[in-house]
Amino acid sequence: MTSPQLRSAELGVADESVTSPDQAGSAASRREPVWRRFLRRPLGVAGAAWLALVVIGAALAPVIAPYDPQAQDLTSPLSGPTMSHPLGTDQLGRDVLSQLLSGARPTLVGVAAALAGWLAVGVTLGVASGYAGGLTDTVLSRVADLLLSLPVLVILLVIFSVFPNSLIAPMAILGVIASAGLIRVVRSVVLTVRRELYIRAARVAGLSHARIVLRHVLPRITSTVIVQAALFAGVALITESGLAFLGFGVVLPDPSWGGLIAEASQALSRSAWLLLPSGGMLGLTVVAFVLLGNAIRDISTESWSAPQLASRRAAPVTAAGATGTEPAAPPAADVLLAVEHLCVAFRDRQGSRLVVDDLSLVIRRGETLAVLGESGCGKTVTALALISLLPPGGRRTAGRVLLDGQDLTLLSPREMAAVRGRRIGYIAQHPMISLDPTFTVGAQIAEAVRCHQGSGRASARKRAVELLDSVNITEPADTFRRYPHQLSGGMLQRCVTALALAGDPELLIADEPTTALDVTTQAEILAMLARLQRERGMSLLLVSHDWGVVASMADRVLVMYAGQLAEEAAAADLFTGAAHPYSRGLLASNPQLAVPGERLPAIPGSVPARSWPAGCRFAPRCPEAEDECLAGPIAIRAAAPGHFARCVHVTVPEGVRP
Amino acid sequence: MTAERADLPPGTTGPGAPAVPGAAAFPAAAGLPSASGVPVPAPSASGVPAASASGVPAASGVLSASRIPSAAAEPLLEVSDLTVEFHQGRRRPPLKALDRVSLCVSPGETLGLVGESGSGKTTLALAVLGLVPVASGQIRFAGHDLARIPRRARRSLSRDLQVVFQDPYSSLNPARTVGKALSEPLEVHERVGRAEQRRRIATMLELVGLPPDAADRYPAEFSGGQRQRIAIARALMVSPKLVICDEAVSALDLSIQAQILNLLADLQRGLSVAYLFVSHDLAVVRYLASQVVVLRRGQVMESGPARTVCEQPSHPYTRALLAAVPSPDPRTSRAAPMCASPARQAAGLPRPRPEPDPTPHPPGGMQ
Repeated sequence: MTSPQLRSAELGVADESVTSPDQAGSAASRREPVWRRFLRRPLGVAGAAWLALVVIGAALAPVIAPYDPQAQDLTSPLSGPTMSHPLGTDQLGRDVLSQLLSGARPTLVGVAAALAGWLAVGVTLGVASGYAGGLTDTVLSRVADLLLSLPVLVILLVIFSVFPNSLIAPMAILGVIASAGLIRVVRSVVLTVRRELYIRAARVAGLSHARIVLRHVLPRITSTVIVQAALFAGVALITESGLAFLGFGVVLPDPSWGGLIAEASQALSRSAWLLLPSGGMLGLTVVAFVLLGNAIRDISTESWSAPQLASRRAAPVTAAGATGTEPAAPPAADVLLAVEHLCVAFRDRQGSRLVVDDLSLVIRRGETLAVLGESGCGKTVTALALISLLPPGGRRTAGRVLLDGQDLTLLSPREMAAVRGRRIGYIAQHPMISLDPTFTVGAQIAEAVRCHQGSGRASARKRAVELLDSVNITEPADTFRRYPHQLSGGMLQRCVTALALAGDPELLIADEPTTALDVTTQAEILAMLARLQRERGMSLLLVSHDWGVVASMADRVLVMYAGQLAEEAAAADLFTGAAHPYSRGLLASNPQLAVPGERLPAIPGSVPARSWPAGCRFAPRCPEAEDECLAGPIAIRAAAPGHFARCVHVTVPEGVRP
Repeated sequence: MTAERADLPPGTTGPGAPAVPGAAAFPAAAGLPSASGVPVPAPSASGVPAASASGVPAASGVLSASRIPSAAAEPLLEVSDLTVEFHQGRRRPPLKALDRVSLCVSPGETLGLVGESGSGKTTLALAVLGLVPVASGQIRFAGHDLARIPRRARRSLSRDLQVVFQDPYSSLNPARTVGKALSEPLEVHERVGRAEQRRRIATMLELVGLPPDAADRYPAEFSGGQRQRIAIARALMVSPKLVICDEAVSALDLSIQAQILNLLADLQRGLSVAYLFVSHDLAVVRYLASQVVVLRRGQVMESGPARTVCEQPSHPYTRALLAAVPSPDPRTSRAAPMCASPARQAAGLPRPRPEPDPTPHPPGGMQ
C-alpha cells in the first residue's frame, strides 16, 4: 500500500475527509461572490440596470434634465421625437424627457413609502403569526382577513382628502393594507420552517425565540419576501400612477408619470406618440422590478440547494447495440429479462455523469433477483432505466434490455407505455406518496385495471376488489372506498402492490418496498410478495440495502458499487463466501452480526460523489488494494460457476463472464 | 514506532499523548474480518484517551479518564410515570402517546429505547427535551423536573442535555455554514472569544472525523453520514452529560451506519457522555446500549439489560419484534417460495414459512 489514500484506509475509524477534486470544485462555485452569480443572469442584470438608470435619473434630475420641466415651448407642441427633444413634447411644448426625469423622484419616493409600510407590517405580523401559532396565529390571521376585505381605493381617497398634497402617507397606508397578502405568504413559509429539525436543535441548544427568529427564520423567508416585494413594487407603482392620473397627490404643475399619462390620453387624437414614453416608462419599470426579484430569488436559493439538473431536453435515446465483443446470443428459454451492458448518464451543472456503468444482469422466470447496494450506487436508476422512467436529465447511453427476447430500448414511447404495467410492474419505496391523495384507493386501482385490460367500470371495480383481497387486505370492499391518508403504511404498500399487479405483469420491480415500514409490517409485506410470486409465477427484481430482506427473499443477489456490478452470486453462496471485499465488508458491518463491546467492523471512507478512479472504484477504501487495482478498469471474473466478482483477487483464472 | 500526528485517526488525543494506546483503540485494518483474521480486541479501560488533553472543554467536570459504570451511581435522567396526551378534537378522547412510562439513564451509559412507529419513543425524547407538553409524571434531570421547569432554567440546563436528530438533511440550517452551526451552542452557554471558538470548532471537527476546513462550508456539500457527524459535533460542543439520539443512524447506509456507531461508542468512552438512544432497530440498540426499554403504543413492554432483552426476551411483543427481523442468513430466513428454477432446487433451501395474518391497523394510525 503506497498512496496516502490507501494508508488512511488502514485506519479503523473512517476518514471521510472530502479530498476529491470535484467536490472541492463545487465548493468553490458555492463560495462564488453574489455579484458574479447575479451577472450570470442577463434578465436580472437588465432589470437591475434599468432600475439603476431610473434611480440615478431621478436623483440627478435637476442636473441632467435638458430643459426645465416647466419650460413651455409653444412653437413645438406635441412634437414627436426630434433632435432637440429626444422624447418629444407635450401639449404645452414641455420636454417629455425632462418631465419624466423630474417626475421620477416623487414617484419612487411614493413606491418606497408603500414598500416600507408593506414590509414592516407584513413581515412582522407574518413571522409572529407563523412562529407563535395558537391564539396569536388565529388573531393575526383574522386581522389579515380584515385587511384584505378593506376597499383600498376608497380608503386612499379618504386619506387624500386629509393629506391632499402628499403622496407618502397614502402610499404608506396602501402598503399596510396590501400587506395582508404578504402576511399570508410569510406565515406559510414560517410554518414550514418552524417544523424543520434545525429549529428544534436550536431550541434544544438553548437559543431564545428571538434569536431563533433572527438567525434561522428570517434568512429563510428572505427570498420569498424579495420576490413578493418586487411584485408589490410594480403594483404600488401602477396604483400611484393611476392616482396621479386621476389628479390625486400631485400638485400641478409638478410633473408626474401618472400626470403625463393623463395628458397623453387627452392628446391621443392629435398625437399618439406621447403615450409611448410615458406608458413605456411605467411598463418598463414594472417589468424591471419583476425581473430583478426573480433573479435575486434564484441566487439566494442557489447557494444552499442541491445543483439543479440542466434544463436542456435530454438527447433522444438511440438504439445502441451491445458494446461487448461477444455476439448477441439467443436468450435461453427460461430467461425473462436480460440486460446487456447498460449505461445510464445524468446531466447536471458540472457536465455529464455516468451513474450506471456497463451493468448486465439476467432474471429467469419465477426467479427473485435482489440488487443490493448503498445510496449512490445506481440501483434505483437501474430499475427505472429498465422501464424507461428515468428522471429528467437522465438518459440511457448504451446497452439493451431484452424482455422475452424483445429489445425494450427500441420501442417507441407508446409501445413502452404498453409494456409498463402490463408486462413489468413497479412498486416504489414510499407508499405514502405513491398514490394520488385526491382519489380513493379503489378508484386508482380500478383505473389501472381499465387501462390494462380494457374492461368496463363495473368489472374493473370487481377486479380491483379481488386484487385488494389477493394482497391480504382484510376488508377489501371497505378499503376500496378509503383515501390514502386514512390507511397505515403497511396497508398502503399492499394497495400499491395491488395497483402494480393490475396489469398482471410477468416481472415485478420492487424498489425498496419495505424501507419505510415497521419491521413487523415488513415481514408481512415480504411474505405477501413471496406468495404472490409463487401463485402467479412472476419474477421479482428486488432493490434493497437490507441484508435481511435480501436473505429472506432472493435467489440471486447482485451487489452494486459506484454504478458497477461488484459481485453477483446465488444468495446462499454470497452469504457464506463473498468474493468481493466490498460485499464482505458490507456483510461484516451488519449490526446483527456485531458483538457488543467489540468494535463494529466498518468500511472506512464513503462513496465519492463524482470522480471515480480509473481502476477499481472501491480501491481507495479496500484493505486488500494493490497497485494492480489502480492500473486500469477491472474486468468481471468468475469465482465459481454462477458466482462473479469484479476484483483482481478472484482466483479463478477464467476470463470475462459469458 | 511512533505514528505521526497526521496518521492518527481522528478521535484520539492531540500531541503529547502516546500513540500506542490510541492506536490500540482503533486497530489497523479492523474494518474487515477477512483481512485481519483476528477478532478486534475490546478497548481496555486504561487505553481511553484522556479527553482533557484533547482540548475538548472540560468545564463540565464530568470527564474522567476511565469510565466505570457503577450501579450505585445517581441516575442522570429519571423518568417516572410520564404521560403525554395529544388532543384529537372535541369529540374524541385525547390520544395517549405515552402512558405512565418510567425509565432511568445512568451517567456515561446508553439506554436504548426501542419501538415501532406509533410507540411513542420519539415523543418521549421530545418530552425530555421540552418540545412537547407533558400531561403528568416527572422527568428528573440534574435535580430539576424537566416536565415543569421554567423556560429560563431549561435554557441553562440545555448545556447538559443535547440532541442528535434522525434526518441529517433537515437538522442543519442549509443557509448557515458548518462553523456557524457549531458555534451556536457555544455562543449561548459560554462567552468565549472568536479565536477560542474557532479552536474549539476545529478540535471538535477532528474528533468526529471531519477536515478542519469543513467549518467554512455549507451543509449541502456534505453527504448524509458527514452531516450526521456535524450534528454529533454540534451536540457535543458544550460537553453535555446526556445526548438524546433520536434514530440518529436510521437514515444512513449500512457502512456509514457502522462508522457512526463506532464514533458514538468512541465518543462515549472518551467523553463519558450518556446516550438515550431511540431506535426501531433492535440490532443497533443491542450493540450500543447497556440497558433497553421496549415501547409499544406508549407503554413499556419490557426493560432490562440489553443482552437479556435482545437475546432472551420475556415479553411476547419483544419476541415478535425479534422474530420479524429477517436475519442475514438465507438458510434460516427464507420466506420466498420454491419454484421450478433448478438453481434454487439445487441449493436445497427449506420450505417457506406460512404467511402471517396482517395485524389490523386502525385507519389513520399514529404515524
